[in-house]
Amino acid sequence: MTNAIPLEAVLVVAGALFCIGLFGALSRRNMVGILMGVELMLNAVNINLVAFWRYLEPRFITGQTFALFVIAVAAAEAAVGLAMIIAIYRSWQTVNADSVDSLRG
Amino acid sequence: MEPLQIPPVNLILLAPLLTVVGWASALLLVDVFLIPEGKKKLTGYLAIAGLLVAGLVGLPLWNVSGSTFSGMLVLDRYSLSLTWIFVIVGALSIAMALDYLPRHGIEQGEFYPLIMFAVAGMILLAQGTDLIVLFLGIEALSITLYILTGFAYPRLTSEEAAMKYLVLGAFAAGFFVYGIALVYGATGTTSLAGIAEFLGRQTLVAEDQTLLLAGAGMVLIAFSFKTALVPFHMWTPDVYEGSPTPVAAFMSVGTKGAALAALLRVLAFAFEGVQAYWLPVLAALAAITMVVGNLGALGQTNVKRMLAYSSIGHAGYILLGIMVASERGAEAFLFYLLAYALTNLGAFGVVIALEQQGESVWSIEDFAGLYQRRPMLAVAMALFMFSLAGVPPTAGFMAKFFIFTAAYEGGLGWLALVGVITSAIAAYFYLRVVVKMFMQEPAREVQPELNRGLNADIIIAGVATLLIGLVPTPFIFLAQQSLVALGG
Repeated sequence: MTNAIPLEAVLVVAGALFCIGLFGALSRRNMVGILMGVELMLNAVNINLVAFWRYLEPRFITGQTFALFVIAVAAAEAAVGLAMIIAIYRSWQTVNADSVDSLRG
Repeated sequence: MEPLQIPPVNLILLAPLLTVVGWASALLLVDVFLIPEGKKKLTGYLAIAGLLVAGLVGLPLWNVSGSTFSGMLVLDRYSLSLTWIFVIVGALSIAMALDYLPRHGIEQGEFYPLIMFAVAGMILLAQGTDLIVLFLGIEALSITLYILTGFAYPRLTSEEAAMKYLVLGAFAAGFFVYGIALVYGATGTTSLAGIAEFLGRQTLVAEDQTLLLAGAGMVLIAFSFKTALVPFHMWTPDVYEGSPTPVAAFMSVGTKGAALAALLRVLAFAFEGVQAYWLPVLAALAAITMVVGNLGALGQTNVKRMLAYSSIGHAGYILLGIMVASERGAEAFLFYLLAYALTNLGAFGVVIALEQQGESVWSIEDFAGLYQRRPMLAVAMALFMFSLAGVPPTAGFMAKFFIFTAAYEGGLGWLALVGVITSAIAAYFYLRVVVKMFMQEPAREVQPELNRGLNADIIIAGVATLLIGLVPTPFIFLAQQSLVALGG
């Protein structure tokens, strides 16, 4: 079963997903978009972890457990991030990252 | 598939961590249901008590060492010493916040348990010997800090700082896990001991280990973000300026210390065998961090931003101790961390005393003539500035002395030289504050506000700064003892 798709193919998909997320996080000016980019990056990691587990070390469940941890942490981060975006929207009336700019240095 | 096996778990080894987490969780409920609005200070006192209890719980474990959760968490003297430092940092930060929060109209009971959760994350970083646990520790610390940074809601700068910190922090987290995933793919394990064993089995050929090297590099980038090493430091001054001052104080010593402590463990255990690969990278990072951090502080007229840049520079010095992957280096690291933590918490305490209600200026001009109005406060601030600059007989001088000696003996003489030169540059902006306080007339009326928590913080920090500087021997002895039986 695992021979049908080589490991490299899965890694390429994960790498591409990571890069798409990275690009999104860097290029989006909408804060919700930035958060979505970061979520994509974390999900690319999950693909990697599960792939490495399945192809290289199926005896130990390290990769799977780690993927679960990453999902949990990503959820926590998204919860805090969205709450913060709402707070910012209430006082600035915008979710555009470029307009929220009062600290300089 | 084989049935899932639950590994034996020894909770005694996690006693301080569990105390902090348990106490904080209980305190959240107590705060909501039992402590009436307006009496939230009580929550703060209970949080300080919880942190002190956690420190005391650690005392009988000094001669215990061992690992649990299949080698994912370890208790040794190194982690225990760090736990004590973090507990002190947490308790002093809460003491600073007790009156700060009501004065600025942002008093919410959750503040204190949140600091405790952050301390729990820091302890997790000190005890973790598996990349998964280190990831959890960093995230537990960071996510609570995102909230704490934005705690001054609805002050706009606070929200903005929190958002900046969250976006960059989440970004760094992405790099961190991707790096760990690649290391896992290359070595088949996430435990530090396992990685060391894998590297010990063969000589590393860079061409065959692209996966491992890429992964380790990404982990290093993530650590650099969290500890604000140049060139990953851009967020630091903004975030420190925007966050409530006690939180900035907590971040400047806590986050940095915990992440650097974890970095030391990762480098000294997992990647000790491939020192030739990471040493040049870290040396370059340390050198530019020292230079840029201290030069950046030169032009600042905002004391909070100056302290932010100064904390960047100090991370560079601390990195020296980590790079010398020897006992001397680790000793110097622990000693520096203690000295820097206490001094910096004291300095932020004075900044809080001068912070006026409803203002966000923190101008250096407010320090002018402080000596005439509050001589003791000015003397304390001078002591902290001397210590940060590294003037004898303060803690900062001894700490710098040990770390530069360790670097020199470890064959990093040129980095020690960079350190000495940048310290000399740094003396300019630290001593400028002292000159303002003692030799200039006040530019405007600023009434310093002192109260019980702040007094306690400044007195404890001041006494400790002098004590460590004058009688360093017992503290060095403690640092040496901390490295006995350092388990991997």
